[in-house]
Amino acid sequence: MEHIELFFKSIFIDNMVFATFLGMCSYLAVSKKVSTAVGLGAAVIFVLAITVPLNWLLDQYLLQPGALGKWLGAEYADYDLSFLSFIMFIATIATMVQLVEIVVEKFSPSLYNSLGIFLPLIAVNCAILGGSLFMQSREIPTLGLATTYGIGSGIGWFLAILAIAAIREKIRYSNVPPALRGLGITFIITGLMAIGFMSFGGMLTGGDDEGAKEEKTAQVEKKVVDDNEKEMANNIKVNE
Amino acid sequence: MGLLSKKDAALIKDPLADNNPITIQVLGICSALAITAQLEAAIVMSFSVLFVLGIGNVVISLMRNIIPSKIRIIVQLIVVAALVIIVDQVLKAFAYELSKTLSVFVGLIITNCIIMGRFEAFALGNGPWRSFLDGIGNAAGYGVILIIVAFFRELLGAGTLLGFPVLGDPIEKTGLYAFGYENNGFMLLAPMALIVVGIIIWIQRTKNKALVEDH
Repeated sequence: MEHIELFFKSIFIDNMVFATFLGMCSYLAVSKKVSTAVGLGAAVIFVLAITVPLNWLLDQYLLQPGALGKWLGAEYADYDLSFLSFIMFIATIATMVQLVEIVVEKFSPSLYNSLGIFLPLIAVNCAILGGSLFMQSREIPTLGLATTYGIGSGIGWFLAILAIAAIREKIRYSNVPPALRGLGITFIITGLMAIGFMSFGGMLTGGDDEGAKEEKTAQVEKKVVDDNEKEMANNIKVNE
Repeated sequence: MGLLSKKDAALIKDPLADNNPITIQVLGICSALAITAQLEAAIVMSFSVLFVLGIGNVVISLMRNIIPSKIRIIVQLIVVAALVIIVDQVLKAFAYELSKTLSVFVGLIITNCIIMGRFEAFALGNGPWRSFLDGIGNAAGYGVILIIVAFFRELLGAGTLLGFPVLGDPIEKTGLYAFGYENNGFMLLAPMALIVVGIIIWIQRTKNKALVEDH
C-alpha cells in the first residue's frame, strides 16, 4: 500500500519539474522534439531507479550519524559522516552513469544509440542528485521504498518533458509575440502546467488517523483505473 | 574600471545583461526558481554561487592542463562538491534557520548547470585570472535575476521585503491594506516563479531585438 502511495505521490504531487523545479536545465534544452525528449526521459528514469536505492544504502550504512556502528561495531557508532553526503552522492551518480553507459554500449547498441548522447548529460542533471537528496531529507525508511521513489520521480520527470515537448512542437505554428518566442513562452507554459499539477495536491490528503489512512490509499488505487473526470470528483470528496 | 582591460571588463559586464546565464544561456534554472519566494534566501543563494563559481573556475583553470579529458566531468564534480560542502557547513554553523529554508538546494549547487557550463565553456580554456572574472560575472548575472524575481515574489506575495513589512500590516489594516489591498498569496507558490521569469525574458527581449529567437 505505502509503495503505491509513494509512487503516485512522487509522480504527481511532488513532481520533480512542477513542484521542485529539478532538472529544469535539460528540461528546457532538450524539449524541442518529442523523440529526443523521450530518450532523455527514459534515461532519467533508468538512472534514478539505480542511483536512489544505491545512495540509500550509502546513506544508511556510511553517512548517517551512527551508521558505521551498524556493521563495524559499537566503537564506530559515534561517527557522523553526513557532511560527506554531497560528495559521495555525486561520485556515485557520476560513476554509475559512466558504468551504465559502458554496459549499455556493450550489450545493447540500439539502446545506446538512442540513449547514448543523453547519458553524460544526466550526470549533471539536478533531478538525479535532487532525487537522492530528497530521499535523504525525507528519511525514506526502506530500500524498497527508495527504489519506488526513484522510479516514481523518474516517471514524473518523463511525463513533464514529454508534455512540454509535444506542446513546443505544436506551438511552432502559433503566432507568439516575437520577444516571447522560444524560451519565454516555454517558461510561461510550464508555469501554467505547474498550476494544473497543483490540483493533484488533493489526491492524498485525508484524515489523520489510521483508518482514514487506509481509506485514502484505497482511494488512490481506485483512481488509477478511473478516468480523469472521476479523479477530480474523488479529489473533491477526499478534500471535504 | 581602470583596474581591468576592456576585454576583461566585458567578462564581467556581459553576463549581467546580454549574455545572462538564466535568461539567455538557460543555465541554472532549478535553483533560480525554487528559492525565490523569499528575498533573503535568494541573496544567500547568490552569494553561495558567487563563492563556488569564482573559486571553482580558478581551481579548474589551474588544473586545466593536467586533467585527462575523459574523466574531466568527475574531476569537475568533485571540485564543486568540495566547495559546496564548505558553503553548506558555513551556512549550517552561522545561519541554521536559513539553511533549513534552502534545504536540498544548497546541495544542488553541485549540479547547477551554470557551474558545469562555465567550467566546460571557459575555465578549461583560459587562465586563472580571466576565469575568475568570468566566474564572478556569471554568478552576478545569476544573482541579479534571482534577486529581481525574489523581490517581486516576496513583495506581492507576502507584502514584506527581507521579512520587514513594507506595505503595512494586513491584520491591523494599516498602510496600503487600509485601501483594501490584499496580498497575492499565489505569488509564493511554485508556478508563479516560472511566470515571473518568463515575463523578465519577455521584457529583456523586447528591449533588445537581437536576442529574439526564431522558434
